[in-house]
Amino acid sequence: MSQATLQIVKISGHAGTVPGAGVERGEQVCKLVDTTTCIGCKACEVACLEWNGYQFSDTTFDNTYQTMPQTAWNYWNLIKCNEHEREDGTLQLLMRKDQCMHCADPGCLAACPADGAIVQYANGIVDFQQQNCIGCGYCVSGCPFDIPKFNPATKKMFKCTLCADRVTVGLEPACIKACPTGCLHFGAKEDMKVIAEDRAQQLREHFDFKDAGVYDPAGVGGTGVIYVLHDVKNPEAYGGLPRDPHVPWVVRIWKGPAKWLGNLAMLGGILGVTLHYLRFGPKEVGPERHKGEQP
Amino acid sequence: MRKTRRDFLKASTVGGTALTLLGLEPTPAQAQLRELKIAGATQTRSTCPYCSVSCGVLIYTIGDKAKNVTPQVVHVEGDPDHPINRGTLCPKGASLEQDILNPRRLLKPQVRRPGSDHWEDIPWNQAVDEIAHWVKKTREETFVETDATGRTVNRCEGIAWTGGCTDTNEFNYLVGKAMRSLGVCYLETQARV
Repeated sequence: MSQATLQIVKISGHAGTVPGAGVERGEQVCKLVDTTTCIGCKACEVACLEWNGYQFSDTTFDNTYQTMPQTAWNYWNLIKCNEHEREDGTLQLLMRKDQCMHCADPGCLAACPADGAIVQYANGIVDFQQQNCIGCGYCVSGCPFDIPKFNPATKKMFKCTLCADRVTVGLEPACIKACPTGCLHFGAKEDMKVIAEDRAQQLREHFDFKDAGVYDPAGVGGTGVIYVLHDVKNPEAYGGLPRDPHVPWVVRIWKGPAKWLGNLAMLGGILGVTLHYLRFGPKEVGPERHKGEQP
Repeated sequence: MRKTRRDFLKASTVGGTALTLLGLEPTPAQAQLRELKIAGATQTRSTCPYCSVSCGVLIYTIGDKAKNVTPQVVHVEGDPDHPINRGTLCPKGASLEQDILNPRRLLKPQVRRPGSDHWEDIPWNQAVDEIAHWVKKTREETFVETDATGRTVNRCEGIAWTGGCTDTNEFNYLVGKAMRSLGVCYLETQARV
């Protein structure tokens, strides 16, 4: 019986601080996806299903090479295929591994009202704790990448866990291990950033990709999955990768000022009642109330 | 305002509970994760049977090979020590678990007779006997002792042998011996397919 545990640094819907956060040193883990060497073989999709034990479901033909239009609650990892016409009229087949980005500032966690349903570990993995999930689906509204998916049978939300069970015991995620071209890479976030930048520089200097770059959006505090793109100025071409992802401002206000105003109003009410009691004492019931009653 | 002992105890309890609710628990928050599904499983090295690349795979079976356990495959992944694939697999190789745990997996010999439109189940003994019969019959009918110029060649041209990528060197040595003793000269391997 393994006693594998991970230190939690952020908890959804939790009042107050997270006990022990920042006490232990945690190395940030990161997946690097080099879209320029992906051949769309989908070994990562199969490895993900195999490791997580989900059934191989029917595929949906959508006039592309994609397995299905988007990820599902039991299909966390999908290669998005896009036919992109460049300015000079040539065709590019862009393939991007779509999965949870494990944001440093996760919108799903900010939007979640259930205490402990979404947590962030010290190594950067954002994980859903299904036993605490109430199935409200607010995480979908908080996610800029449209990743959390609802399981109608159990009424819980599911998404990629970055193979937290494997990473905890020192293994790499299943998708990373399978990748036959080596376009997927796994390691510490700092190392992945260096490798990604080197590759982008190589693409700029030795290949015809002047705008090659690394996608590690600052709007969500950086991500635990970073991409090397042929054209970092046009991430939308890669199956709708947002140019500048942010946690929606509605969620920010709702879970920030609006929540605190609400809390303040509630505390003020309680405080008012208490002060009123201390100043004026309990409400005296006058004798006229008992007029109709028998003595 | 005079405080009684009872008031003090009440205030301590309420205050302590409030502090806990506000998140001032003394123990760090830890998450218990899903058990690693291959934690105690037996790891067996094998070779992917699909294409001629012959990637190394690790087959994980439940149990520790103790006498009273029948191993059951729970997971298959690439073998990082194998020089060909170094841990990686293609989508077909990554789905090898489904190749083993599959209701449509063929577990007994079947034969489709000449002119028949369906496969029929036959026992192993009968299958081996029939193969031996056909090998002998074919060899006798197609054996070439001498070629057109009269040189002795002793060829069996009616039979060919194809090896697979999971065959070991030792197995191939034995097959080579057996086939050449029959006179078979069409020895081929899947690695060239």
